[in-house]
Amino acid sequence: MSKASKPAEENARLDHGVHTDPAALDELTDAASSETTEVGADGAVAGYRASRTLRLGVELRRQLRRRRTQLVLGFVALLPFILVVAFEIGDANPNNRSGGFIDLATASAPNFVVLAMFVSGSFLLPMIVALYFGDTIASESSWSSLKYLLAIPVPRHRLLRQKAITSALLSALTLAVLPVVSLLVGVLWYGAGDAISPTGDSISFGQSVVAILLGTVYIMIQLAWVAGLGLLLSVSTEAPLGAVGGAVLVSILSQILDQITALGDLRDFLPTHFSFAWMDLIATDIDWTEMASGALSAALYATIFGLLAARRFATKDITS
Amino acid sequence: MPRGRSQQTHHNVNAVPRTLELRGRRGRLLTIFLVAAVLATGGAVWLTSGDEPARFHTQDATIDVAAAPGSPERVQLDVTLYLPERTPAPAVLLPHGFGGDKTSVSRDAGELAERGFVVLTYSARGFGHSTGQISLNDPDYEVADAARLVDHLASLPEVLMDSDGDPRVAVTGASYGGALALMLAGTDRRIDAIAPVITYNDLAQALLPNAATRDDVQAGTPSPGAFGDDGVLKRAWAGTLFAAGLGVPSTSGGTGPDAVEPGDEVDNDDVGTGPASAGASAPAASGGARQPPVAAPQSGTCGRFTQAVCAAYTDVATDGRASDRTVELLRRLSPASVTGDITVPTLLVQGENDTLFGLDQADANARQITEAGGTVSTIWYTGGHDGGGPGPQLRGKIADFLSFHLTGEGEDPGTPFTYDVQGALRANGAPSVRSVQAAAYPGLTSGTTERRAIELAGDEQTVVRPPGGTPAAVSGIPGLNRVVAGSSRLSGLFSVDPPGQSAVFASRPAGSQLLLAGASTVRLRVSADGPVPDGGAVLFAKLYDVSPDGSRTLPGSAIAPIRIPDLPADGSPAEITVTLPGVVRPIEAGHSLQLVVGTTDQAYATPTEPAAFNISLVEGSPLSVPVVPGNTVTSGWPVGQLLGIAGTLLAAALVAVVAALRRKRSHRVDPELAETPMVIEGLTKSYPGGLTAVDDLSFRVEPGQVLGLLGPNGAGKTTTLRMLMGLITPTKGEIRVFGYRVTPGAPVLSRIGSFVEGSGFLPHLSGEANLRLYWQATGRPEEKAHFSEALEIAGLGDAVHRRVRTYSQGMRQRLAIAQAMLGLPELLVLDEPTNGLDPPQIHQMREVLRRYAATGRTVVVSSHLLAEVEQTCTHVVVMHRGRLVASGEVHEIVAAGGEATFRVDNPEAAAEALRAVGGVSGVDIEGTLVHADLDGLARSEAVAALVRAGVSVEQAGPRRRLEDAFLQLVGEGGEGSS
Repeated sequence: MSKASKPAEENARLDHGVHTDPAALDELTDAASSETTEVGADGAVAGYRASRTLRLGVELRRQLRRRRTQLVLGFVALLPFILVVAFEIGDANPNNRSGGFIDLATASAPNFVVLAMFVSGSFLLPMIVALYFGDTIASESSWSSLKYLLAIPVPRHRLLRQKAITSALLSALTLAVLPVVSLLVGVLWYGAGDAISPTGDSISFGQSVVAILLGTVYIMIQLAWVAGLGLLLSVSTEAPLGAVGGAVLVSILSQILDQITALGDLRDFLPTHFSFAWMDLIATDIDWTEMASGALSAALYATIFGLLAARRFATKDITS
Repeated sequence: MPRGRSQQTHHNVNAVPRTLELRGRRGRLLTIFLVAAVLATGGAVWLTSGDEPARFHTQDATIDVAAAPGSPERVQLDVTLYLPERTPAPAVLLPHGFGGDKTSVSRDAGELAERGFVVLTYSARGFGHSTGQISLNDPDYEVADAARLVDHLASLPEVLMDSDGDPRVAVTGASYGGALALMLAGTDRRIDAIAPVITYNDLAQALLPNAATRDDVQAGTPSPGAFGDDGVLKRAWAGTLFAAGLGVPSTSGGTGPDAVEPGDEVDNDDVGTGPASAGASAPAASGGARQPPVAAPQSGTCGRFTQAVCAAYTDVATDGRASDRTVELLRRLSPASVTGDITVPTLLVQGENDTLFGLDQADANARQITEAGGTVSTIWYTGGHDGGGPGPQLRGKIADFLSFHLTGEGEDPGTPFTYDVQGALRANGAPSVRSVQAAAYPGLTSGTTERRAIELAGDEQTVVRPPGGTPAAVSGIPGLNRVVAGSSRLSGLFSVDPPGQSAVFASRPAGSQLLLAGASTVRLRVSADGPVPDGGAVLFAKLYDVSPDGSRTLPGSAIAPIRIPDLPADGSPAEITVTLPGVVRPIEAGHSLQLVVGTTDQAYATPTEPAAFNISLVEGSPLSVPVVPGNTVTSGWPVGQLLGIAGTLLAAALVAVVAALRRKRSHRVDPELAETPMVIEGLTKSYPGGLTAVDDLSFRVEPGQVLGLLGPNGAGKTTTLRMLMGLITPTKGEIRVFGYRVTPGAPVLSRIGSFVEGSGFLPHLSGEANLRLYWQATGRPEEKAHFSEALEIAGLGDAVHRRVRTYSQGMRQRLAIAQAMLGLPELLVLDEPTNGLDPPQIHQMREVLRRYAATGRTVVVSSHLLAEVEQTCTHVVVMHRGRLVASGEVHEIVAAGGEATFRVDNPEAAAEALRAVGGVSGVDIEGTLVHADLDGLARSEAVAALVRAGVSVEQAGPRRRLEDAFLQLVGEGGEGSS
């Protein structure tokens, strides 16, 4: 209830000069008396159609004008530059042709992209998705604007769907910004050379760009489980931070459990187990098995979480 | 927030609507069912294998066989019979590898028994608990033993018979066991099919290979060996094998972990274990009660070997060269001696990572068996003595092969040639593997292997063998090469050529990928630089794959030892053809091939006397590289996962469709109420905690009314309004708006403009942007919104362009009311609209609401202030603790009927006086107040009557029943209020 936060004198100062002109009242009543309300068959006012409520463009505008969205996009676009600066300050050898992904980062632009995606894969990328999806309903709850959207009325399933699609678009945009900017930065600094895999295989620039594209698509699909979980938490709480943090926390927990090799095949069921399967694409002959398993795992988790979220939201009493 | 709203917010966190419980439960069941369906479709393919209980049982036994042909002495063989569920069934004889015993094949035996075979495993003589001495598959001893075991199978009722004494039986086994399979098939007509795995054709060539010949190799197969005489002893392997026969745990018998297969997800942790456990150490693990082998080593240096074998080993190990007698013995012990008699269907499985029995051994077997009239299928897989045993897929293929040839069931596997291509290591450290299948092993029945010519460059080079043969080149460690190959860091350490000892010839980088499959050949010219050492020239050739960054990989860690016994002493050159080891290696574009010819190798018996040789390429004879075109077997495609994904998406779509259909049937209209803005009937909202926020509330609002919903905090006003907006589902009863029942998201809600419990704006946007985006969210035409009118009602001036974050509470309130008025809704619902406004603003607000209702629209206002309702509303509904207390027109309720109240000094006297007046009734005393129903009598006359009775009247007026009741309510329920 943020509106209670201002002291009385502050309110009084702000209120100075705020009043309704009597003429305005006349205008309103004139407009109201001259306008007759037409009603459709379903009881709705003429011009209202559920399928036109909260269109994607509107929701995108609502979200894109948020400082949060702008900061995340800005940060992701800035990250490649930070990495370049780090490599410039440090003493990387651009002719290094062997070693791990980090050692190879400065070998060529595709290698630089792979590095950028590798270092952000475990925490930053899940967090971005968790942010967009976890925040989407919970922030409306915290602003008390959710009830007004529902009173329009935007049907609940539609509200959830439009919000999920918007979050997915924003996530995809943000996830795509990283490789695109990294590639540009990489080409400028390290040149459009062949990608070098840690085993010394070289993959031509064109092929590696395709691999990066596919890898980005895979990451988007794989993170669907975070999206589903974020959405479920978002409809379950009124604290946006709780929903975002909860999803990130589960992701971290899953990664911790994934480190415990004693769990053996059980680790296949951890949602993050296949999160780096896209690296299989950086090879001369591509093995799709792990990526398919990752996509299946993500699809299962996302579907279950998504259905639970839809069910919870459809029957929930909105009280914020 | 000045007023406590705590009651509502506390109790509705986990609200479950009770009236909907039936529907809700059904819905929940549906959800659970669908989630289960999703899990079933997806999970079934996700979980690749579940452990099933064994569907076979085993019998241990000891079988006596003759110790030697015609000998009365007996050797006891320790056997285990695996009986499947259904018998009679065809049998499989499953001998074990060198250094192992019957327990080392128990997994394979179990798998075959599950496939429906009767399986007989046994410890060969000299191994495990069997007695006797090791003769290395001598036809008179081990092979004869196996024939006796076939006799035994013929006596079992569980075994399917071809004819009397001839069971339907196949033999499969790895290494030593594989050789037995070949030997038995070559000597016993009763064998119906064999599947030897990673075994040898000629033991002499396997242990004393010579890759050099004077002439070209003639065979058209992909990986023919040179099989030259007088080879170089494979000292490291020979020693390891001999040690295994001494009863010392070794790494040779079993092949350790499985080789990688297409589609395998390999964890790094198992690469580190290396081949270890399956060999001679297995008996120790098989049961604590067992005693150590009965047949103890019989003489110090020979262990459990027969004298003949022991003498042969001593012969070669001492000076690295084999006597004629030894060679003769080894030939007798080799499948090569009987392959000319093998006519049964044969599946040859050979490893690509095998420095003991390379692909050339299988190639020789294939050629010889085909010549004899047998049909041969060949599989090269990623394992071998260095790379691990067959994985589950390959074991399945072997079982398929046996099943077809023993029962005729299943698809005819034909005689294809399949080879696994191990690609580069992937990022996670596991190599990628794909299988390539060709219609047949080329060069067997028709055609020859396609060979590509690759030019090598390099001048004549002089190589030196240092005295003592050290430091020696390192190409790997027998049995451990798998570990080495699995690590890009280690592989660099294990391909060392000491300087000055090797000649290097390199090709140009490949333009496109070249898939090398088999043994390459090259012609070399070798001459002695100085005196020719005793035994001629000994050299070691290897073919490296060199990546563009210069790092070298020795495929399969395989090297080709060369001995030229008759190198001219005068320094004139000898021209030889070197057959390089058979390997499968994709040479990627940009990679080049490098032929290295060295003088030493740590794994071989390198002569110790110093020598020097000049080595050059023979002009006009390039490196000849075999390629076997075929189709990549697509079984590696993750079909299961893709089906799982499709199933999951389908299930999700199904749920969405079902949910949409359920939503369809919820709009019911009551035409009689079409003009009535709001009818509430029996509305109840109770929470699981027992709190009932709204209890059986019923009232009705007509057009043009300004209805006040009056009650103290916690009376249930806001809950009622939330139910009106479809935010909360009622427990019982219903709300109808213009005849339509209110449900969450009901279209009729579009006719309501609402402001309930605080404004809801996006703090980062301006007031105007908020309103515009809100209207855009409704999807209704912009001209219907009446923005300018609404904004002027809010009257925020320039502040409307500032962010809402900077607004005062009153400003937000006004903006929220303006938002509720957007589109000029027919029913305007405002919750405590004047809260937070100053008196002039409150006054204006009342005017706005009255005038708005005057246009024929309806306004519902909630308030906890009586005065507010009295001054704003035409009608009032009083609520307390969720119940309706009173309802009606405001002035009617405020001054009900003809009742009046008098404040007097003497209430008793006054009451008496009033009762005396005709028509007055219901006289009531309350402190200094006297209430009475005057029934038409004017209040002034009543006052006159009181005065006449001597009562002094301080005050007289209409009785304010509402106020009485309300003050009482507020007094007890309003602690939290301001």
